[in-house]
Amino acid sequence: MLDFLWLIPALPLLSAFVLGVVGWRLSKRAICTLGVGSVGLSFAASLGMAWAFFQLAPEQIPIRSSYFTWLAAGNFQVEVGFYLDQLSLLMVLVVTGVGWLIHIYSIGYMAHEGGTYRFFAYMNLFTFFMLLLVLAGDYALLFVGWEGVGLCSYLLIGFYFLRDSASDAGKKAFIVNRLGDFGFLLALFLLFRTFGSLDFDIVFGRAAVLPAESFSPGQAGVLTAIALLLLVGAIGKSAQLPLYVWLPDAMEGPTPVSALIHAATMVTAGIYMIARSHILFAHAPLALAAVATIGCLTAFYAATIGLVQTDIKKVLAYSTVSQLGYMFLGLGVGAFTAGIFHLMTHAFFKALLFLAAGSVIHAMNGQQDIGKMGALRRKIPYTYWTFLIATLAIVGVPGFSGFFSKDEILWRTFETGNQVLWLLALVAAALTSFYMFRLVFLVFHGQARYTPETARQIRESPRVMTWPLVALAVLALAGGWVGIPAALGGANRLARFLEPVFASSHALVQAQGQTILHSHEWELALMGLTALLAATGMGVAYAFYILNPELANNLAQTLRRPYQVLVRKYYVDELYFAAVVRPLHWLSERVFWQAVDVRIVDGAVNATASRARDLGRWARRLQSGNARSYAAWVVVGAVVILSYFVFS
Amino acid sequence: MQHYWLTLITFFPLLGALVLLLFPREAAEKIRRAALVVALVEFGLSLPLFFWFDANRSGMQFLERYVWISNPPIHYQVGVDGLSLFLILLTTFLTPLAVLASWPITHRVKEFFVLLLVLEAGMLGVFVALDLFLFYVFWEVMLIPMYLLIGIWGHQRRFYAAIKFILYTLAGSLLMLVAIIWLYIQTGTFDLLALYSLRYEMPGLLSLGAERWLFLAFFLAFAIKIPLFPFHTWLPDAHVEAPTAGSVLLAGVLLKMGAYGLLRFCLPLFPNATREFAPAISALAIIGILYGALVALVQPDMKKLIAFSSIAHMGFIVLGIMAMNVISVQGAIYQMLSHGISTAMLFLLAGMLYDRRHTHLISEFGGLATPMPVLSSFLLLACLSSLGLPLLNGFVGEFLILLGVFEANVVHAALATFGVVLAAVYLLWMYQRVAFGQVSDVNKTLPDVSRRELAILIPLAVLVVWMGVFSPMFTRRMESTTKRILFQAQSPHYQLAESVDTLEAKE
Repeated sequence: MLDFLWLIPALPLLSAFVLGVVGWRLSKRAICTLGVGSVGLSFAASLGMAWAFFQLAPEQIPIRSSYFTWLAAGNFQVEVGFYLDQLSLLMVLVVTGVGWLIHIYSIGYMAHEGGTYRFFAYMNLFTFFMLLLVLAGDYALLFVGWEGVGLCSYLLIGFYFLRDSASDAGKKAFIVNRLGDFGFLLALFLLFRTFGSLDFDIVFGRAAVLPAESFSPGQAGVLTAIALLLLVGAIGKSAQLPLYVWLPDAMEGPTPVSALIHAATMVTAGIYMIARSHILFAHAPLALAAVATIGCLTAFYAATIGLVQTDIKKVLAYSTVSQLGYMFLGLGVGAFTAGIFHLMTHAFFKALLFLAAGSVIHAMNGQQDIGKMGALRRKIPYTYWTFLIATLAIVGVPGFSGFFSKDEILWRTFETGNQVLWLLALVAAALTSFYMFRLVFLVFHGQARYTPETARQIRESPRVMTWPLVALAVLALAGGWVGIPAALGGANRLARFLEPVFASSHALVQAQGQTILHSHEWELALMGLTALLAATGMGVAYAFYILNPELANNLAQTLRRPYQVLVRKYYVDELYFAAVVRPLHWLSERVFWQAVDVRIVDGAVNATASRARDLGRWARRLQSGNARSYAAWVVVGAVVILSYFVFS
Repeated sequence: MQHYWLTLITFFPLLGALVLLLFPREAAEKIRRAALVVALVEFGLSLPLFFWFDANRSGMQFLERYVWISNPPIHYQVGVDGLSLFLILLTTFLTPLAVLASWPITHRVKEFFVLLLVLEAGMLGVFVALDLFLFYVFWEVMLIPMYLLIGIWGHQRRFYAAIKFILYTLAGSLLMLVAIIWLYIQTGTFDLLALYSLRYEMPGLLSLGAERWLFLAFFLAFAIKIPLFPFHTWLPDAHVEAPTAGSVLLAGVLLKMGAYGLLRFCLPLFPNATREFAPAISALAIIGILYGALVALVQPDMKKLIAFSSIAHMGFIVLGIMAMNVISVQGAIYQMLSHGISTAMLFLLAGMLYDRRHTHLISEFGGLATPMPVLSSFLLLACLSSLGLPLLNGFVGEFLILLGVFEANVVHAALATFGVVLAAVYLLWMYQRVAFGQVSDVNKTLPDVSRRELAILIPLAVLVVWMGVFSPMFTRRMESTTKRILFQAQSPHYQLAESVDTLEAKE
């Protein structure tokens, strides 16, 4: 069974190829069958692989496979081959499972759009690259998937390419990600120089026997450098400070794309990559601290922006940035399992939030401004209830999936003595609760802020869209039950499942950190505190948007300056434009092209040419055609030559 | 059979050109077809080299040697190694595409295709010649058809561009001629293989001072051809003014001759001087990478943008060569090939747009994905290949170069890697302005690709993916040669036993 591992990525690739080449000739039905069916089969194959995987003895894991050589030069070689362990299996299941549901939903969502074949070709291609990314057994191959998903993201963000804002957003996403790739590429070079290979087994095997490096920057060694460079790559792909700017813009893509790529899968690639490189990071405490700090700051920062956005997808986008920050925080405090756990539950509830938001937009005929919604609860009940479940999950209401995963991250942050980070993350959790319920209240409750004609046209989405919502709602509710902590009497099966992958690094981090082993009572108390803060956030949102709708406006009036700063997203885009884009353009155009190229270099060339021409004119005068002057020149020449021989 | 193969493929296009001369001037369509047949047969003839080539041998293969002029001793000596093999194939592969792309040419059709085939023969001669004099002859011969192609069939400023091209290149090659003659006076031979051996049998033959001057003379000729910053300003003008076929062969093949020359002559013949100048040359290469990319960013003209991107990409190749390790040099050779494919594809696409709109200005386009989705898709593929997306050809060369350079110098690698970021910026921005957005009325009715154009684009697209996925098929055939060149560039006691033996056996 596991010999057919290649089938999982090959199916979507094949379908992408067929759709890309002959898709324009196929009927819509055939396109959808192919596009959705291939991912469904891939999911089925993944389930089969999972079943076979569970039969394996622990020493048979990880499974390695190799198909052909991709790169070979000197002593450098990269095989196209896969690496299946608990971590990649979990990722494969999430990618194909959630991906399949989103593909199904897309049939309904894209029903009235042109270019369906293009859409499904890109989505399938994305699925292929994402699977390649999580199954790769070599950093170079992981990079292939990494760039490939970036390409598909570019294509899908710019899907509505007639709109300039969409193609701008696609380009921005690709370029900002390339800045991250700059770090990733250097990390690859340094890995190769240090370990002589990019293969996971060799790199991790050789890194594992090295001693952990120092925390102080002056004494940190090559592993810290590698880990920090990898982190730069992860920051780009997973939209962390300061490279997060592309993700909110990426919402220009169709909503299923936002759900699949910009919430559930691609943006978590950075988290996966750090988790995959856990041995390197565990040996580099400085890099690990950087991961935690950046993650925590991002979680808080993005949440503050989310408070005031008025576009339903933009709120969710900032929320994604913020939640990815939590995952970074988890990884950074050495709780790799917790980070991956949150990755999984987030894939469920955030995909659901986006799809439900898409269903709202669909019902409102393209309207995305929450200021023009309201009172949709009864008109689109499936969407409402599923959205609510997802909200409860992200906010962390006890029992819902997000509660367990977020709480584990918060607890492990507290436990490892990072009280400042913990406090910041806790405040961010309260903010999350506020902006998410703000969304729920403004969209589904209160007064309708649209015309009665619009109201009459509002319909619940077709079943092909609501069914995936329900399936994801079940996962958003129950998906966390695999990780119920011991403090609540659970077995935390997920942690036990993943433990073989991370055991050595968990031990190493624990050995070097000042872990204070708090009791279960502490854990329960903190859990209660988080739940209380979530409830507070919800209560404030209720007061602001249901009890007294004027309150929010008044507050915005009173605190106009800070409010504007948040609405304009701290002016970061403007800052980048003024500090990077414009000077670069000026430098290239005025200095390099017009001054250096045209004036200096070409000027010198043309000057030489005209000197040569002058010389030619002068020489031409010698050729006067007058025999006597020729004779004179011959005499002059003879004299010169003779004098040379005489005097030398 | 194999013994005459190189002569056959070198002169077959010339033969084809002669046959073309017999055609009546008015039979334009027949001339085009005949030229295509010649170019395709030529490509077919060159393919066996790929399979006959023995990847394990580091020396020259398919050697031929005859006395041409007895005093001074000049030989007709040709051969192929892992460096020239792919450049020959690249030439024979691109020529039929260039012929196909020249279908719309109506002015002096006969002369055009004759010159194109003469040019092909000249380019092939440069890559197979193993005698300095013979090399020089081909090097100069090839300039003339290119000069005429630009000067006669070019666009508005064609005279300026053609003259700039020829003066720049002549300036370099005259110095090279002086160096070749000087080298002959010192050693008594033009035979490159003999020089290779002499260099190691008598390490003191050239003083370091003489080596420096010789190196600089050869290097300048190659630096202009590559072109390396700051010898590059002929390139944008030549490209913009040249007809499509000219741009394709100029960017695809001619630029590679500079890098080829570095590996064929500078490294093996003047290793000490090469090592001495390597840091300075690397610095120029890095400047070229960043400078070319930044200037490409602000070009309003599509062909100029591609020309400046070539300067950046060629910078990678020079940087890889100058790092002098197996990975980076193999990457550089691979990148020579890969850049030939990607840039040719970009120029061909720019040419197709020119055929429709008679302009290269990016601002004249926009929204082309609506009237011409197929052409836009190929343009996207070409851009992605050029910006180095993994699984496409451009990535392999750049990655290997950077990996190798990183071993030699971290700062160089980091700066050059930044060039990779910039490539995405200028190419995607260009693509966006050409293909995305609303389409203007003028462009609304433009036809999508014709069958002829598909016949040009599909082979390129296949190769772009093929080279990106199955790169060892190519790199394995370069490895022995790369190791030999690097050995020559380092060890003074290396004997080219293999090639010398074969030579003696033949004589």
